[in-house]
Amino acid sequence: MIQTDVLIIGAGPVGLFTVFEAGLLKLKSHLIDALPYPGGQCSEIYPKKPIFDIPAYPEVLAGDLVNNLLKQIEPFQPNYTLGERAETIEKDEEGFFTVSTQEGTQHRSKVVIIAGGLGSFEPRKPPIPDLSYFENKGVDYFVKDPEKYRNKKVLISGGGDSALDWTIQLSSIAEKVTLIHRRNEFRGALDSVEKVRQLAKSGIITLITNAEVKQLIGTDSLEQIGVRSLEGDQLLTSDYFIPLFGLLPKLGPIANWGLEIEKNAIKVDNALDYSTNVKGIYAVGDVNTYPGKLKLILSGFHETTLALQSAYQIINPGKRHTMKYTTVNGITGFDGSKKEAKKSELLSI
Amino acid sequence: MIQIKVKDREGKFHQLLAPTDMELNLMELCKAAELPVEGTCGGMALCASCQCYLLSTHNLTEKSDAEEDMLAEAFYVKGNSRLACQIKLSEELDGLEIELAPEEL
Repeated sequence: MIQTDVLIIGAGPVGLFTVFEAGLLKLKSHLIDALPYPGGQCSEIYPKKPIFDIPAYPEVLAGDLVNNLLKQIEPFQPNYTLGERAETIEKDEEGFFTVSTQEGTQHRSKVVIIAGGLGSFEPRKPPIPDLSYFENKGVDYFVKDPEKYRNKKVLISGGGDSALDWTIQLSSIAEKVTLIHRRNEFRGALDSVEKVRQLAKSGIITLITNAEVKQLIGTDSLEQIGVRSLEGDQLLTSDYFIPLFGLLPKLGPIANWGLEIEKNAIKVDNALDYSTNVKGIYAVGDVNTYPGKLKLILSGFHETTLALQSAYQIINPGKRHTMKYTTVNGITGFDGSKKEAKKSELLSI
Repeated sequence: MIQIKVKDREGKFHQLLAPTDMELNLMELCKAAELPVEGTCGGMALCASCQCYLLSTHNLTEKSDAEEDMLAEAFYVKGNSRLACQIKLSEELDGLEIELAPEEL
């Protein structure tokens, strides 16, 4: 069982900044995220897009914003449960919450801050008949262990970086790799596109463009894949089908945590502390709603700062906390590191 | 102000009145009218949650590479598919008719 002061659901920009504000209050944080890396939407959907409305950054790439936040929170040594989706929450008599993930990892804390954005990222599943039947019987939405595909026939579908990267990687492991894409153009990194073109030219992989997977055939497991292209329909023998169409967020299990939900978002008390209807659970950033809500990263930063002031009282009942400026007191990390302003030096003439 | 007709996923038509001086796009208009359009990526043509089908004969602006790329990975795509977030509302679009594409599951 993982114990922490503040359990944060969601490692997007607001979840990460929560670690910082908790650290200033000497509270330890642990983050859970369904993605295998921190950053949320900024990492998954638009890492290369510039953001122009982060205060004091005239322009910052979403990916760089995440890297900067990771650097900023370093002194407060957050721990992570990544690649696991928070599934259930229970409160015990002592007032502690236990949050369990899909994989069964358990976390215990007195305060839970949900910074879940638009929800946990789930793979986009193409509407192909019997797709769900073949899940774990030949259909995979992620490549977890490339070795699984050694000496197997694999068909990958998609036109982005993950489709290209896995085509390249698996080409040296699998017996046969076929890449199917609906266009001739690929939106992935240029050098990956070039590499895939070379692999196709030299016959190491099969590239079929202007084509789509239409049919999956097999009895106990996947055996054949029906592909439609400009040349007509064909059946390809394949052990695996890996559709890589990116991920999309879904609110998911949080919707069943007994929290008040309005328009797919968690209702909070914005007049006070962004608390939900359950004492000890707060919701900040894109996942919450209140009159006048704006889904902006900067709003989330503000919301979580106020939420933590209130959370402090739950963790330290009866103890008063006076807000201190980092310019005055600096930052003392949990690793013993200390960052502070230089003492002024006086020079006599 | 222009009139735009939107067919929702249940087949029901909604007549929307849209200003053309606010730099709104079609996805934002649908969201403001509380139609079930997610607009997950916020309008960057990086998701297909605002995919719609053009029903009227209006000449829309050409698709950008980004929109073409995204549509190439979207589901339920037809010849008249567009991403609503890439369609800026202007006077020429008065009387436009669209249908919301099925939601991805």
